[in-house]
Amino acid sequence: MASPQNEVDATARRGLRPRSDADLIAGLVFVAFGVAFGVASLGYTIGSLREMGSGYAPLLFALVLTGLGIGAIVKAYVSPDTHHPGELPPEDGSVGLGFERVHWRPIVFVVAALLFFALTVDGLGLLPATFGTSAIAAFAGKGMAPFRALLIAVGLTVGCYVVFVLLLQLRLPLLGEWLG
Amino acid sequence: MDLLDNLGLGLQTALQWQNILFCLIGVALGTAVGVLPGIGPTATVAMLLPITFSFDEPVSALIMLAGIYYGAQYGGSTTAILINLPGESSSAVTAIDGHQMARDGRAGHALAVAAIGSFVAGTIATLVLAVAAPPLARAALNFGPAEYFALVVLGLIASITLASGSTVKALAMIVLGILLGTVGQDIYTGTPRFTFGIRELYSGINFVSVAVGVFGVAEILRNLHDPQRRTKMVDKVTNLWPSREVLRSIVGPVARGTGLGSVLGVLPGGGHVLASYASYAVEKRTSKHPEEFGRGAIAGVAGPESANNAAAQTSFIPLLTLGIPAHPVMALMVGAFIIQGITPGPEVMTSEPELFWGLIASMWVGNLLLVLLNLPLIGLWVRMLTVPYSVLFPTIVTLACIGTYSLGQNAFHVLAIAFFGLLGFVLLRSGCEPAPLLLGFVLGPLLEENLRRALLISKGDPSVFLTRPISATLLALAALALLLAVLPTIRRKRETVFVEGE
Repeated sequence: MASPQNEVDATARRGLRPRSDADLIAGLVFVAFGVAFGVASLGYTIGSLREMGSGYAPLLFALVLTGLGIGAIVKAYVSPDTHHPGELPPEDGSVGLGFERVHWRPIVFVVAALLFFALTVDGLGLLPATFGTSAIAAFAGKGMAPFRALLIAVGLTVGCYVVFVLLLQLRLPLLGEWLG
Repeated sequence: MDLLDNLGLGLQTALQWQNILFCLIGVALGTAVGVLPGIGPTATVAMLLPITFSFDEPVSALIMLAGIYYGAQYGGSTTAILINLPGESSSAVTAIDGHQMARDGRAGHALAVAAIGSFVAGTIATLVLAVAAPPLARAALNFGPAEYFALVVLGLIASITLASGSTVKALAMIVLGILLGTVGQDIYTGTPRFTFGIRELYSGINFVSVAVGVFGVAEILRNLHDPQRRTKMVDKVTNLWPSREVLRSIVGPVARGTGLGSVLGVLPGGGHVLASYASYAVEKRTSKHPEEFGRGAIAGVAGPESANNAAAQTSFIPLLTLGIPAHPVMALMVGAFIIQGITPGPEVMTSEPELFWGLIASMWVGNLLLVLLNLPLIGLWVRMLTVPYSVLFPTIVTLACIGTYSLGQNAFHVLAIAFFGLLGFVLLRSGCEPAPLLLGFVLGPLLEENLRRALLISKGDPSVFLTRPISATLLALAALALLLAVLPTIRRKRETVFVEGE
């Protein structure tokens, strides 16, 4: 876990590269959200301190967020990461792993599974959507065999049917309009 | 005697058979998911939250959620002892000596001591909660908007003081949460803000989507990235019941842990983490054999576990009396209250006495159930540890989808999970803790409302926050908390420089 951090430190000495990818990306995300919210809040009534309009507080917070984001970006270039090299980062994820070794597979499949459910549950109904979602999500792990994914999907669909429909009695459409 | 009447009323509610059942399901589910690798209490509660929305009785839903919470916490300490994998930061302390005991073949003792300590601490802390809550709630009824604003600021700032990691990023996460909380209709003017004309956003971004996305999905993605965190596990647990000498030796640690935990649990932002660390430090210092610590000292398990559990109970105090969540799980409870149509705050005690006291009494019932359920079932929990990731993650994703969809049968909320899951993942990889974002999201509307109201009353004079004594005190405390949050960063930086200079 410490090695990518060291590599980042090493590259940092070679030129004006960020010492901490984590700080840089966090900062960019914050600035992006800050600017977006800030610009959008200009479209609403700002008002005065005495009578704040709809846009006052959001604009204020957007400015603060942009400022903090810039702070994180600056920090990415000037200061070393506060994390001790050689020490495992804590479980709660308070120290970033950076983006050195991002595996796309789990991200793609987990997000695809969520999107599949969101887009098909109204049309196909609960059971087919559950089946598809669990099958897609199963492929998020490395080396998943198709037959095993099928087994997992069947098991989960039956399990969810028992828990949500039979036990919790949620009134959800089991088969959607696309299937007649 | 008011207290006895109130507790009686609470027990009446908590001991209704369906509430006992919900409590039992809650602690069992909570323990089960808490034991599963890689999912801590916050993610557990976030993902199981939607299940409770279909309940008719708000009190049953809240009892079950509370059960899930301390069940998950308990499950976390079980994994800390057995496989050195603490479910969350507060059980990290338990892992130090607990796992060492397990390696020496004393896993049974460690688990039993953790359970007994937790139960005793939970019982006492529940009484503390029952005694302390009413006067606090009465005091809070006199709070004006300026005081509430200051209180929310203090809560938010304090939540990052005890957390690890960069202060700048944690502050930014809070503000990002607040901004996300402004989406939806403005409570004063009714203007829809940042909705892009999407009908679903008029009532604001769904709380469950944010919680499940940021805590659930983001955590799955992180776990699929580095699954090597699993270590060899202890597969057999024997010798569960400790001898009388062992029991006698833990009386002191449990008592001290309970005291520390009850006091520190009230603090916003991870008081329970501080409590278990503090208890460990105290036990080590007062022990006659400090050299045993780190090599399987039983006091190193009993003390922190009691402190942790006592703090888990008393962390309900700010939620129930002020409506201010002390940590992310309590923020989830706020969401549950609101979805059940109840605004958490000082009024709940008088307007919903059955719910208020029923919830408190159910915590004690839940703690009892935990002991009864978990000691005999420890073999089952051990076996749950062997559930492979390949089955676990599709299950979580599917449960999250169905649960969130069942909220008003709206697929938009599931889309939102994907968005927040991705956002949460990117932020997690960049070293930003998700907890402050969630607290900001929940408390943001309260912050804005009271800011605007206070300034309206003071005719636009911002000095109102500093001239009213309670508000000024709270803000001064917030400033102090911020200072404390910044200081360790400076110190650690010096250390890093020092290490590099070698």
